[in-house]
Amino acid sequence: MRTDERLIWKTRLFLALVIVSQPLGNLFLTIGMKHRALGSPWDYVAAIFSPYVALGIALLIVWLLSRMALLSWADLSYVLPLTAIGYIITAIIGSVVLKEQISLARWSGTLLIVAGTALVGLTDPRTSAEERARVRASGDRA
Amino acid sequence: MTQWALVALIVAGTVAGDTLQSLEMKRHGEIHFRSGGLGRLAAKLALKKYLILAIACMAISFFAFMTLVSQADLSFAVPATAASFVFDTVLARWVLRERVDVKRWMGAALVAGGVALLAL
Repeated sequence: MRTDERLIWKTRLFLALVIVSQPLGNLFLTIGMKHRALGSPWDYVAAIFSPYVALGIALLIVWLLSRMALLSWADLSYVLPLTAIGYIITAIIGSVVLKEQISLARWSGTLLIVAGTALVGLTDPRTSAEERARVRASGDRA
Repeated sequence: MTQWALVALIVAGTVAGDTLQSLEMKRHGEIHFRSGGLGRLAAKLALKKYLILAIACMAISFFAFMTLVSQADLSFAVPATAASFVFDTVLARWVLRERVDVKRWMGAALVAGGVALLAL
């Protein structure tokens, strides 16, 4: 396989991991935490080691690591708008799996947040003057 | 604790964590991955007090999120905590002195509007 082709597939794989692992992690965390009595710090420790919460946390660790890996070679401005899809997946999971009632206001709010996140992704990732000068200088050397 | 108080705690923890982390990582400078460099990097970063503080803030934020989803809908908890985008942007401008352009302010405003809709 050619290197650029490999990079494209690697990016797609990690993007899918990043997009899917966070909503799924939050889903299992919610199932495990639902209606749990939380009086003392020990209740949190017990919760962390319960199967659903542990699975949720494991998926969130996968999310964190795959996002860090993806950001090491892909631009934040490419990653941010695409991972904003996670908000929509979370709403669908809430509605379908957790049977939550999602009002029109909540759907509109969620879509506005997706739009806002995507918009931030369209901006230059480095904005301070020194950073830009530094990047330009290293570009001149190359 | 009411749900919005938990949201406020989560957002405060996330924003403080993000800002401290960014402050420390920018002071460190760009990371170059060389062979064996990762271990040395981890050892060096473990000594930075802002970074330790950042991790503590994120831990508080995570435990508050666990509490929130024990009582509130997931479809409320996740978008409501997106309010951290707005405060991250404000602190990026005033503490980290990043130049925040119009598009970024508009993005933050859209997120704020979205969170406000959740309160309805």
